[in-house]
Order: sequence, then structure tokens, then C-alpha cells
Amino acid sequence: MRFGPHLLLAALEGLVTSAVLALTALGLSLVFGVMRVVNVAHGEFFMLGAVLAWAVSTAISGHPAIGFVAALVIAPLLVGLVALLAERLVLRRLNYNPEGTIVATIGMLYIIQQLALTFYGPEARPVEPPFSYRILLPWFGYSGYKLAVVAASAILLVITWLVLTRTKIGLIMRATQYDRETAQAFGIPVERVYAGVFAVGAMLAAIAAVLIVPISQAHYLMGQDPLLLSFIVVIIGGLGSLRGTVVAAVLIGLSDGIVSMFFSPTLAKIIATLIVAMVLVFRPQGLFGATSR
Amino acid sequence: MADKNGFFDLSKTTLSRRTALKGIAAGAGLALAPGFVRYSQAQSSAPIRIGFQSHRTGIGAAYGRWYEKTSAAAVKAINDAGGIGGRKVELVIEDDGTDPARGAEVVNKFAKQHKTDIVFGTLFSHVVIGSAPAAGENKIPYFVVSEGHHVASTKLNRYVFQPGITDVKSQIQSMAPWIAANAGKKVTQIFPDFAFGYDHRDYLPPALKAQGGEVIAQIAIPPTESSFTKYFPQIPAETEVIYHVMVGPAVLTFVKELGEFYGSQRPQLFGFIDSLEAVDINSPGLEFLDGSHFWEGSPRYAQPDDSAAQKAYRAAVGIDDNGAAVGDAKDVSTAAHMFGCWETLYVVKKAMEDAGYKGPEDRAKLVEATEALKEFAEGPEHPQGPKTFNGKIHQCFGIQNISKVEGGKLKVVHKTKIEDGLYEPEGDYTTQAL
Repeated sequence: MRFGPHLLLAALEGLVTSAVLALTALGLSLVFGVMRVVNVAHGEFFMLGAVLAWAVSTAISGHPAIGFVAALVIAPLLVGLVALLAERLVLRRLNYNPEGTIVATIGMLYIIQQLALTFYGPEARPVEPPFSYRILLPWFGYSGYKLAVVAASAILLVITWLVLTRTKIGLIMRATQYDRETAQAFGIPVERVYAGVFAVGAMLAAIAAVLIVPISQAHYLMGQDPLLLSFIVVIIGGLGSLRGTVVAAVLIGLSDGIVSMFFSPTLAKIIATLIVAMVLVFRPQGLFGATSR
Repeated sequence: MADKNGFFDLSKTTLSRRTALKGIAAGAGLALAPGFVRYSQAQSSAPIRIGFQSHRTGIGAAYGRWYEKTSAAAVKAINDAGGIGGRKVELVIEDDGTDPARGAEVVNKFAKQHKTDIVFGTLFSHVVIGSAPAAGENKIPYFVVSEGHHVASTKLNRYVFQPGITDVKSQIQSMAPWIAANAGKKVTQIFPDFAFGYDHRDYLPPALKAQGGEVIAQIAIPPTESSFTKYFPQIPAETEVIYHVMVGPAVLTFVKELGEFYGSQRPQLFGFIDSLEAVDINSPGLEFLDGSHFWEGSPRYAQPDDSAAQKAYRAAVGIDDNGAAVGDAKDVSTAAHMFGCWETLYVVKKAMEDAGYKGPEDRAKLVEATEALKEFAEGPEHPQGPKTFNGKIHQCFGIQNISKVEGGKLKVVHKTKIEDGLYEPEGDYTTQAL
């Protein structure tokens, strides 16, 4: 294959990675930004979203699009509910203590993973895409659904941004993020904000998973890679910065797509990790993160 | 960051004398509990205990589940027929997480804690390679069902055997003539970037060359990869056959993305069913495989010429004519490999009875008795087909099936002969000390 088409394919693949990564990392970043909780179980919420998408779409017969749309609505809601329960039963009882919550979310990671293994099983199961249109380019074919994933993710990111910057809920969230005690003094129900943010963070991961599951498959170990990549993205972008998260996701996704296609996937991972190290050394708050107060 | 609630303050948990005494008492009680009592009476009444190193979790979990089902069925059949040398057989299962380091721990645990008679059942090649030294150190016979060439390469040790399934080198050698004659001569290989993939990487080119074919590109893919489109530009345009052998949960994606990339203008495909074990061949996106060919150790779908032994084996394990669990059409088995568990357990039975095996002190005798085995006739104990066994390299040789995807099923179109897969031994385990 010549250089031009090759690069195009690499960029397309990178964009799909970026799109899903941006959504997942945004959830992680939101939870850290507002709650100062490092949610190690974030990848498992992603996995749970995919597994539930499989369950919902197989339970509904008819055109695959119906099952998929149902999954896109039901799976994130259920995952949000699980996250809400986890927040109520675990995180709140730990007073959102930073060290305590890390250990607790590691525990949640294993519990969710093993429950999935027990009730869903070790197989990788496919979900039918809502439509299977193959875009025929002169040099190669490409999945139309993959491009739809990129578009859907972009729309969701814009919606999240609008909610955060233009609505009262967003204002309350930002106020809580900026200074918890003052927000509380002004009558903001901080605990309810925390619960909501934790649920929304998990739901963003679940939505990303539902979008990706027709491309890859639902598998009980699928949460590990997104977790690692999300951390990389969030560290580079700056914890708690929405803009930074999106920019870093596109950066990591595209470099992963292009480097792994022209060189090797291992080199792509090396570069991503190296960028993280460089950012931590020279700009510990991340590219767009504010310095800690 | 402050540890306000004292989660990490160990000084808070004081250990009183009373608590300590309670703990010691409980420990002593446990040690005296019935489960810990060694059989003090005659060894003959105690069951033979087989340590089953199972991939219950990790990337091999789907295989692990079916390996357990098959082994349980074989043990039941053996026990119903009187056990091994009149003693009942009992499986002791430990999960190795499909991880080499844990694999070695599990072998140690079987040898030192459970004190099982042998260790058995491992599939993934990196786990076998990681566990084999532990088996050698503990001098405990280790019967694997792994398909890799590592046992036959004689690079492991005298305690490792693979008597129930053929190795990759032999499989490739016996199928290369068919590939060159029927699929095409210019082959691009796609394989996982670890031991099992390397067997394919190393043995296909010479085997194909001997038939006038050629491997024109080799693409190694990391086993944890979840997206594959980025590798496809490396496939040369003049490729006639794509030879794919992938493992792990992402194989469906691999096939789907290959389908999107090529559409109907695809080269011939020849794959190892390892790519699709435990996966329904009629899953969405797999239509692309229609008309392609697969290696199968034992056919997943019931074939018109199945022997009575094959039918009885399928019924005992509980798989239907489509190779799925009886009663759950979606629960597809790993039929192409798991027969090896059944056959290996019967080899263990034969060798133990030949050796007059009494207990762990006879492990060396068991090794020698296994090495003395020459052939296994097709029948209820070896439903996949007849096999020969080379005691010097601890490896069996048998027939291979090449199946075509046709109308949503796999139909066997070619069976190789045992001789097709024979090769010069690369070493001799029997010269090693026991």
C-alpha cells in the first residue's frame, strides 16, 4: 500500500481509538476533578457497560439497531446505578479519603470483574452493530460504523461540555470542584453532587463501551486497557481538565494509530508512556491542568 | 495526604495475648481437621489424585472451562469402569490465571501441599513453559494438553509429557501439502507474538518450501491486541493465502476487521480453529469466513462418518451435533482441543497400570512406563483417532482434520495420515536423569 492511503488508514484507526478514549478518560477525569477520588475501578465500569450491552441486545429480538439503541440507553443507566450504590456504600463511608478510596476501588475492580466472570462467563461475545455499512475507498474498505462511533463520541463530548459550562448543574459541579467547603457553606449539597458525579463518570465509561462493543467484543477482562490508557490521557491532559482530556485523547489515539501502523504497536505504547513521564517531570499538573492550590 | 481515618495506621490494631492464643488454637484445630488426615491405611484404598492446572481465569478461561468439563467426564468414565488399578480417580483443580508465574506456583502447590500424584491439563504454551521447571524440580509428572512444540523440542524436562494431542510442528508439516495444492503458494502468516505463534512462524516456511510454496510475509501481533486493521496494510498485495492463527478474546474482531478491509475480494484463508474455539461460527461478522478452511484437532460438528467411539465421547462430554453444550446452543465448546484431556487421562491410566503405580514414590516408574508406550488404538479411549507415541520426545502423533466453512458449519474435507506429521526427533528425554 502506498504512503497516502496507508496514512489515511492509520489516522482513521487512531481517530476511533481517540473517540472512545476521550469518553472513558473524561469520566475518570470528572470523578477526580470534582471528588479527588482516583477511581481504579473505572475500567470495570467500562467492561460492565459492554457486558450489559450484550445482555440487553441479545434479550431484544428484531433489527439489531433496536437492540443496540436499547443497550445504549439501558446499559449506562444500570452502570450508573451500580456506581451510585458503590458511592453510597463504600466511598461515602470512607469520607472520600484519598488513600482509602484507592484501596476500596481496587477492591471494587476485583469484585466487579469476578462477578462478571461468574455470571457472564469467560467468553468474548459479540454485539451486532446497528448497521453494517462498508465504506469502499479505492485502496481498502473501512467500517462505516467506526466513523459513526467517532461522530457519536464527538457529539457526547460537546454535550458534556455544554452541561458543564452552561447549566446550573455544571455550575454546582464546578463550584464543588473549586472549593468543597465554601460550596457547602453556600448550601450546595456536596454529597449529592459527589454521588451524581461518580455515577455520571461511570456512565460515560459505559457509553464508550456500548459504542465500541460492536467493533470489539464484550469480555470480562476488557476493562484493563481502557483504565491504563485513561490514566495516561488524564495525566497528560491534566487531572480534572475537560479540554486537556480531549486533547490528550486525540494525541494519544492518533499517535497510537500512526506509530503502531508504521512502526510497531509496542513502540506506540513506549512513546505514550514516555510522554507521561516527560509530562510528570516537566509539567506535573498536565498540559491543561491548573496548579494545585 | 492525611490519613485521617487511620486506614494505614497498623499501630492501632493491637494483638492481645488472648487473640494470639485463640489464633494458635484455631490453627491447631484446622491441622487436625479430617481433611488434613493423611491416609494411614493401605495406599490402595486412597484415591489417585490428579492435580488439574486449569485456566479458570485470564485469557484462556473459555478453554479452561471446557477442559474441566471434558476431564470430569473422562474421570467419571474411568471411575465407572473401576478406576485406575482399582483405585478411584479424583481431580484437584487449581486456577493458574493463564499466567506462567502462577502456573509454576500451582505446580509447586500440587507437589508440596495437595501432594497430588501428577499434574495435568495445561493448554497455553507460555504457562507450560513457565511451569515445566517446577515440575522437574518437584519430580512430579506433568501431562500437558497444549499443542505447542515445546514438549517435543526436548527443551523442557523428563517429567513433561504430551501424549493426548499433537504438536504444532507435526500439524503444520502434515497440512502444508494440502495448503500448497489447494489454497495457494504465496502465503502471508498472521500469528500471536508468543511461543505458540513462534511455532507457526518457524515451522510453516520450511514445510511450505518443501511443497513449492513460499511464506512472503510474517505478521506478529501482540496477544493483548484488541484492534487489527492497523496490521492489514502489511499484507502484500500478491498474497494468495492468509494463514491466520490467533488466540484470545479479540479474534472475532480480527475476522470482522479482515472482512471490512477486504470485502469479497479476499485472498484464500486458512486458519487454525484456535482462532474460533468457543465461538459460534455463525456470529455476526463471521460470514466473511464462509468458504475458508480451518485446521481442527477433532471436528467441532458431528460428521457423517463419525465412529461409535466419537459419538459416545461427544455424549459423555455433553456436546451436541453442532459442538455446543447440550441444552445451550450458545455455549460453544473447544472441541478441537479438549478431546486431548480425555485421551491424556486414558494414557495416564494405562501408564499407571503398566507401572504398578502405588503412590508418589513410584513417580519415576510412571515416567518410564509412559516413555515405554508406543501406540494408542482408535476407540472409546482415543476417540479422535489412532496415535503413535515417541517416548524419547514425550510426544504423540496423530491425524489432522482440515475443515471447510460451509452453510454455517465446519465440514471435514481432508484428513491427514499419521506418517505425514512425523519428523526427526530433536533430542532424547530418556537420557536425562530421573
